[in-house]
Amino acid sequence: MAIIETKNLTYTYPGASKPSISDVSIKVEKGEFVLITGPSGCGKTTLCRTFNGLVPHFYQGELKGEISVAGIDTLKHHTYEMAKHVGLVFQNPENQLFALSIEKDVAFGLENVGVSREEMRRKVDWALNQTGIFDIRERSPHEISGGQQQRVAIAAVLAMEPEVIVLDEPTSFLDPLSAEKIFEVIYKLNKEQGITVILVEHRLDLTAKYTNHLIVMDEGKIRFEGDPRQILGNEETRLIGVGIPKATLLYQILKKEGLNLPDKTPLSSEELADQLLEAIKLQ
Amino acid sequence: MIEVQDIRYSYPNKVEALKGVSIKIEDGEFVAIMGQNGAGKSTLVKHFNGLLKPSQGKVLIDGVETTKSSVAALARNVGFVFQNPDHQLFSESVEEEIAFALKNFGFKPEIIEDRVTWALNLLSLTKYRKTSPFLLSGGERKRVALASVLAWNPSTLILDEPTIGQDHEQKEKLRQFIIQMQTQKKTVVTVTHDVEFVAECNPRVILMKEGKIVADGEGKEILTDPALLELSSIVLPQIAQIFSKLASLGFPKDVIDIYEAKAIILKVMEEC
Repeated sequence: MAIIETKNLTYTYPGASKPSISDVSIKVEKGEFVLITGPSGCGKTTLCRTFNGLVPHFYQGELKGEISVAGIDTLKHHTYEMAKHVGLVFQNPENQLFALSIEKDVAFGLENVGVSREEMRRKVDWALNQTGIFDIRERSPHEISGGQQQRVAIAAVLAMEPEVIVLDEPTSFLDPLSAEKIFEVIYKLNKEQGITVILVEHRLDLTAKYTNHLIVMDEGKIRFEGDPRQILGNEETRLIGVGIPKATLLYQILKKEGLNLPDKTPLSSEELADQLLEAIKLQ
Repeated sequence: MIEVQDIRYSYPNKVEALKGVSIKIEDGEFVAIMGQNGAGKSTLVKHFNGLLKPSQGKVLIDGVETTKSSVAALARNVGFVFQNPDHQLFSESVEEEIAFALKNFGFKPEIIEDRVTWALNLLSLTKYRKTSPFLLSGGERKRVALASVLAWNPSTLILDEPTIGQDHEQKEKLRQFIIQMQTQKKTVVTVTHDVEFVAECNPRVILMKEGKIVADGEGKEILTDPALLELSSIVLPQIAQIFSKLASLGFPKDVIDIYEAKAIILKVMEEC
């Protein structure tokens, strides 16, 4: 059974003249690593907000269509009930941090679901270590940098070990190496524990290699959905403003010039470098 | 011209964010300041419009020390776009947000109208003219913040993470705009983690680490030096990654541009 399924989902914010997402029907299977991308303002963030019921319970407005997440109809359940199943990391970490210390922020969700003290300690420490903020755990989340705040927001979600993690540009304030480390942690959780990941990103250079299910949105609608190699290999994807990875683009340019490369569209520099090394050896 | 002479800066909580930094940025330069989180990048650029004053050393903007002029006076010439747009947006509509500084600087209504229309168009925001900035997406709010600064046409522009939340098309427009600024002898300083954007623009790159400058040079040279980048918590741009893997076959390592990459690969394949 799909862990997330939407049917003809259409949503309009209060006071808005047109829907932010319209007629969205998607199916996400358990254990998938889904990447959602598309031009700025295309409805990616709004779609993510439907996964834990923030849309429409918090934002109000009008939601039409059907949605089920972890077997629950989010329209009929409160956002706090969804929190056990779906963890959401917002674009702007300031919007979700509120406790007096980083550690307390990370522990907050667990306190609410009634986990024992020892188990809480273990899970919080694990999440703090995974995100590299164990040493600053006693500081206030409001006196640290935007990049550090993003780590706290991610740790708070990891600690809950939800079935689905939804991350909306979670590393935009982080330096590239720290961002890569965070993506590696998320990828590992996905691979080893089967946690379903929904990641919203513009920077496909950093993230395309992790995904096995790509969704491209444009003007509130799903434009392409499916195998990332096929979608990113398709010229139309680039034309709607999606920044496809440089390695993928270079592969397309070289193919057009008649270079004999395999048909498997590369998603990372490693994959293209291997194809080129192989091609040179064959010559 | 921006001249920074051996400055140190400590925040009120005693954390020393800058530990002796000297740089000179000429009019018309495009500079990208890169480095690890907490390296002091944002602290440094906040000295360029007098938001912060050095604890030691001097910052001179066009020859005038920032301690001797007010932030308001500096703001006319040095426009600043913050990392987080929510720190600078407050108006009820996008149009009012963009007009705000222009009104404060005493521009005539016709000029304000012209400049607002121009900025809306440049940043693909025309359809949101009457919309509240708070109804827009993160990427769109970032563009409103940019538009509100570009509108008054400052001679120096400081952009803290301008590409966050921007799709490829918007980044390309930003790149074109920066090139246009350079042709007008205007200075652009950006703090960014976006290696691919820097690789596409190839500006002068200043790398910072722990409150100090560790490298200063041409983008192509710095972004293809793996040891230096690792020190600053930056990864190689994808094209440079590919070429570092092909180096064993005698390919050059210092390639960041995709069309240069294409030309080199095709040439090698022909010669094989």
